[in-house]
Amino acid sequence: MVTTPDTTVVEEPRPAGPEGEVLLEVSGLRKHFPVTRGAVVKRQVGAVKAVDGVDFTVRAGRTLGLVGESGCGKTTTGRMITRLLEPTDGRIVFEGRDITHVSQGTMRPLRRDIQMIFQDPYSSLNPRKTVGSIVGAPFRLQNVATEAGVKKAVQDLLDVVGLNPEHYNRYPHEFSGGQRQRIGIARTLALRPKLIVADEPVSALDVSIQAQVVNLLEDLQDEFHLTYVVIAHDLSVVRHISDQVGVMYLGKMVELGDNESLYDGPMHPYTVALLSAVPVPDPSVRGGRERIRLQGDVPSPLNPPPACRFHTRCWKAQEVCGQVEPPMVELKPGHQVACHFPENAPPDAESRVAKAAGIA
Amino acid sequence: MTDEDATAVQAPKPFLEVRDLRIHFPTDDGLVRSVDGLSFSLERGRTLGIVGESGSGKSVTSLGLLGLHNRKNARVSGEIWLDGQEIVGSSADQVRRMRGRKMSMIFQDPLSSMHPFYTIGAQIIEAYRLHNDVSKQVARKHAIDMLDRVGIPQPDRRVDDYPHQFSGGMRQRAMIAMALSCDPELLIADEPTTALDVTVQAQILDLIRDLQQEFNSAVIIITHDLGVVAELSDDILVMYGGRCVEYGDVEEIFHSPEHPYTWGLLGSMPRLDRDRSERLLPIKGSPPSLINVPQGCAFSPRCAYAELNQGRSETERPELREISPGHRVACHLDREDRRRLWDEEVRPKL
Repeated sequence: MVTTPDTTVVEEPRPAGPEGEVLLEVSGLRKHFPVTRGAVVKRQVGAVKAVDGVDFTVRAGRTLGLVGESGCGKTTTGRMITRLLEPTDGRIVFEGRDITHVSQGTMRPLRRDIQMIFQDPYSSLNPRKTVGSIVGAPFRLQNVATEAGVKKAVQDLLDVVGLNPEHYNRYPHEFSGGQRQRIGIARTLALRPKLIVADEPVSALDVSIQAQVVNLLEDLQDEFHLTYVVIAHDLSVVRHISDQVGVMYLGKMVELGDNESLYDGPMHPYTVALLSAVPVPDPSVRGGRERIRLQGDVPSPLNPPPACRFHTRCWKAQEVCGQVEPPMVELKPGHQVACHFPENAPPDAESRVAKAAGIA
Repeated sequence: MTDEDATAVQAPKPFLEVRDLRIHFPTDDGLVRSVDGLSFSLERGRTLGIVGESGSGKSVTSLGLLGLHNRKNARVSGEIWLDGQEIVGSSADQVRRMRGRKMSMIFQDPLSSMHPFYTIGAQIIEAYRLHNDVSKQVARKHAIDMLDRVGIPQPDRRVDDYPHQFSGGMRQRAMIAMALSCDPELLIADEPTTALDVTVQAQILDLIRDLQQEFNSAVIIITHDLGVVAELSDDILVMYGGRCVEYGDVEEIFHSPEHPYTWGLLGSMPRLDRDRSERLLPIKGSPPSLINVPQGCAFSPRCAYAELNQGRSETERPELREISPGHRVACHLDREDRRRLWDEEVRPKL
C-alpha cells in the first residue's frame, strides 16, 4: 500500500442527497461481447449483444428491480453499473458524475459508494479467510480509519446483519447459506455505500431463509437510507422489494414502471406472459385462471430478431413488429412500455406508439 | 398395533407404499439421519408433492425409492412396496430390472445427469433396449416418437444432437422423454424445474401433467416451491428434519394447515396473487443439522409456539396423528390451540 492513510472516520450514514433525488442515471447502455475466430490472428465474426440500449434512473432511497429470464442481460447491466464490466456504449451517471469510462484508479474511491451483493454465498467468500478479515477487508482496502478499531467496526456490522459478533474468528464453512449471505451483506455495508447492486441476493437460499434476508435488506434500507438495484428472476420477490420494476428481454428494457402499476396492469405482452407463468400457491385457482404459454425458448443474443425482439414468440405480433422497433413510450404516468400493441393500456395507446415510432 | 396391522391387510394394497423408511449415513462426525421414519402411500394417477427445505431428506427419500443408495455407505431400513414388490430387501439386480420400467426419475439438472459424450438419441435408445428386446432401428424410432411427444421440434434431426446442443428447457424435455421411454408406472421428479426460467417451467409443468393423464402413472414431485406443488399435486407431504410433519390433501394443506412449520413456509413466500404485504413472516433460525436433530420435535427450536406445550416439544417426539380423514400432523399443540392460532394469528397476516 503506497497511499497515505485516509483519515475518514466511518460516520453515520453519509446522506445520499435528499430522498427522491436522482442517484443513478443510465442511458443508452450497451455491452457487446465480441465473438472471435482464429487462434493467432483473431478476427471478430460477430457480437453477443448482451445489453443493447437500456435506460433508467434510480432515485435515492428507492429500489429498482430488474427482472427477466436468463440471458436477458440483467446481470450484465448490474456489472456495468458497478463498473466490473466496461460498457460498449451509453452513459452511466452516478450523483451527477459520468462514470461510464472512468479508470480503475478513479473508480476506486467511488467503490465506497457503489457496492454489490452477489448471488452465491458459497463462492463469493474466501474460504481461507476468517469472517473478521472478510468483513474488515473494505476498511483495509480503502484505508478507512475506524473509531474503535477495525475489529469493533466488524463486530458492529455482524450485529447489524443479525450474526453473533463473537463469530468474528470463524471461517465461512462454519456458517449456513443464509448466514453466509449475511456475511456478504455485512461486507457490502462496511463502508456505508449509497447504492447497492444486489444480483439475485436470495435465489440460492431456502424459502424460510429467503424471507429473513429479504426482510433484512428492507430493514437496512430504512436504517441506512440505501438505494438498491435488485436483479432477480423471481417476480414475486421483486414485487415485494421494489418501488420500480424494469422488465428485460434479450438485452432490451421492454417495460419499466412503478411497482403497482406494472404488476396490476402489465402492458407488454412479455410481462403478461411472465406473470401468468408464475405458479400460484393456491390450489383453488388451479385451472381457473387464464394462462399464456410462450412457445419455445429465448432466441440467441448472437442473432436477435429484428425490430421488436419479442415478436417471434408474441401472440399479438403483426407485420409491423418485425419491421419497426417500438420505442419506449410513457403510456401511463410512471409506466413506460416498448410495444406496438400493448395490453391494459389507455385507448389511444396504439396511435401514440405509432406516432413515437414515426409510422403514423 | 396389531389391530392396525389387521386392517392394513384387509384394505386393498396401494400402488406405492412406504413404511417406516429410515435412511442413515454413518460418517466420521456421527450418524446422519437423513430420513427417519417416513411412511406414505400413493395410488396410480395421483400426484404427491414432497415439500421441504434443503437437508430435509426429500431427495434422499427419492433416491431410496429407486434403490439408488450404495449399501456400503447408507443404512436403509423399513419397507417400500411398489405394486406388490418390496424394494429395500431386494437385490441390486432385481431393483435394476424395476428401475426404468416400473419407476423412473427426472433429475434437477439435466446437463449433469446426461452423458456429454453420447447423443440424446443414443441415451434414450440404451435405456429402452435394456428393458425391451428390440432392434436398434425400432428403438431409434421409439426415441424419435418420445422426443416428439415431449414437444421437441424436428425430433428426427434432433435425436442425433448432443446434450450441449439443446437449451436448458429442451434438455429437461429430453430427460423426461428418457424417463418415460419405458412407460414407467411411478415417475419421480426431483426439483424438475428449479434450474429453468419461469416461462419454460410453465411448459414443463404442463407437460408433466399431460403425460401423467396419458399414462395414468403415479407421480412424486419433490420441490421447495409451494407454487409448483399447488399447481400439480393431489396430496402434499411436508418434510422437516427427515420426518413427515404434515400430510394431507392439497386443499387442506393450503387452506387449513395445522403445523407451525407449514404456516412458516406459507408466510415466508412473497405472493403475486395477494396484495403486496409490508413484511414477510420468516421462520427464525435455520434448519437443523441431521447429525444432531433436536431430541423432541425437530422444529421446536424454530417454533414460535413451542412454549405453549410446557417443554414437551423439547423432550418428546410428536407422533404423526390423523386429525381428519387423510390429514395427518405431527405436533404437540392441542388441536384447539392450533385452530385458534391459525385463524387468529397466522392466516390474517398471510
